[in-house]
Amino acid sequence: MAARAEPRPRRLGRLERPALQGVLIREFVNFSSYWRSTTFSSTIDPTIYLLAFGFGFGSLVSQVGGYDYVEFVGTGTVATAVLFSSAFPAMFGTFIKYKFQRTYDAILAAPVDTEELVTAEALWIATRAGVYGSVPMLVAIVFGLDPSWGMLTVPFIGFVAGFGWASFGICIAGFASSIENFNYVISAVLTPLFLVAGTFFPLDGLPRWAQIAGAFNPLHHCVELVRHAAFGWEGAADLGHLAAIVVFGLVTWRVAIVAMTRKLVD
Amino acid sequence: MPRGRPLRAGILPLVTGELAIRLRGVVKRYGAITAVDGLDLDVPEGTCVGLLGPNGAGKSTTMRMLTAQTIADEGELEVLGHRLPGDSKAARAQSGVVPQLDNLDVTLTVEQNLRVFTYLYRIGKQDRQAAIERALGVANLRDRRDTRVDRLSGGMRRRLLIARALVHRPRLVLLDEPTVGLDPQVRQELWALIDALRAEGTTILMSTHYIEEAARLADTVLIMAHGRAVASGPPAKLVAEHAGREAVEVYGAPGELASIEAEAIAAGLRTRRTGTSVSLLGVEGANGDTPAGERRPTNLEDVFVLLTGEEIS
Repeated sequence: MAARAEPRPRRLGRLERPALQGVLIREFVNFSSYWRSTTFSSTIDPTIYLLAFGFGFGSLVSQVGGYDYVEFVGTGTVATAVLFSSAFPAMFGTFIKYKFQRTYDAILAAPVDTEELVTAEALWIATRAGVYGSVPMLVAIVFGLDPSWGMLTVPFIGFVAGFGWASFGICIAGFASSIENFNYVISAVLTPLFLVAGTFFPLDGLPRWAQIAGAFNPLHHCVELVRHAAFGWEGAADLGHLAAIVVFGLVTWRVAIVAMTRKLVD
Repeated sequence: MPRGRPLRAGILPLVTGELAIRLRGVVKRYGAITAVDGLDLDVPEGTCVGLLGPNGAGKSTTMRMLTAQTIADEGELEVLGHRLPGDSKAARAQSGVVPQLDNLDVTLTVEQNLRVFTYLYRIGKQDRQAAIERALGVANLRDRRDTRVDRLSGGMRRRLLIARALVHRPRLVLLDEPTVGLDPQVRQELWALIDALRAEGTTILMSTHYIEEAARLADTVLIMAHGRAVASGPPAKLVAEHAGREAVEVYGAPGELASIEAEAIAAGLRTRRTGTSVSLLGVEGANGDTPAGERRPTNLEDVFVLLTGEEIS
């Protein structure tokens, strides 16, 4: 027989491990019901990208930025996969759980605060992004990318970048009044960021203003880190790239908490 | 408009023992609309209190304030000795909530839904399975443990919502319209479940707009209208106080009913419309000078309509 919950002598704190664990377990148990479809799309999508860009463009362009084009795209697609497996699930998943399934009402009736809920959701999505973001690299290895020890850090890079994009997606869900509003964000923000990140072509060839804009694109920093992890680190430059995605994650995380608190607590 | 005056703390029922919930002067506004307007509420430990009111009376807002999902603009709120909203997390750890709208994870099984909440309610590893078994037993869902929620009937889903709220054996259970939209058989089944909880000594605050539900289950009923408490007390006492012992229900054409109603009011009786008839209340003291009609005992519905108004706002 389970013990009846007794009054606790102390006030419960912020960002408690049991609260984060509870939300993460919920996501994990739910994931067990749909992991097959997610894994399928996360594997097939990068394979198609690599086939289309690697062998399509690759037949026209043999080398880009000193790399074989398949290697260039294979590593760049990691960042794309991180974006797709974090920002989009965060936007749609958060909105659906808040608005249609009312899952968050149930969770917030338990001893879990909005800050913990948002943090755990972002951590969960980031973990998935770290894992699924690495899949394109494995596919690229099959297509001829040489393995290296640095590649072992790619799941971590995917996790850190994924946390930022997940928090970004939760922010958007927190500010959006309807799910149709996401179209503005996808078209005006995510698509340009996705294209001007150095994934499929280097930023060097773009106009100066686009190169400067690229420096503010978190996805570009993720692309650079992944590429350097695969082909050789570049010291301070990589610390700068890492700092950029960490700052991006911290800022979007805090804004996501504010946005969701406004949404969930009236 | 409500006919009663808002209740103040001084005329709330005499409270003995510890209070599980204590609200004083609670106000919640949404722009120009005041959803809860100076509400006082006491829920003694081990009792079942029913919040009864029409749609828009402020019941659900009050329930949300008790879990700090809605923050009051004014007033004091205490739940299980914890001040809200600052200490609401500790209060939520010892409370269970059955929401008005189903928010179960539909692709998970019954047992998986309960298991998730054993983590959210921080039940220790060694107690988790026992807690799940107990909750399944309370809700009579043991033989459905492996069924996905989207394959359950509406009544079973409601029972699962209740089981989920009880999985950590809370001291306080908040039931927000627990039987809304269910057919009578399922409703009665849930009433039995709630009654068993009450018998166990669990404190219950239940919002409802079903009068029979409040009359059957609640030790004390607090009637709300327009965000305010307009009457409070045990159902039988409320009926006796506001509607007397007996009513005469008179049927007739609308014009006829209007004149009967006017005469009754002139004679000092309270009346209420019941759709096709008019009910004259408290007729036991009317010296036999009442129109012919069907005599019946007064009930909580008479009080509800008297105090919350006859027109839908």
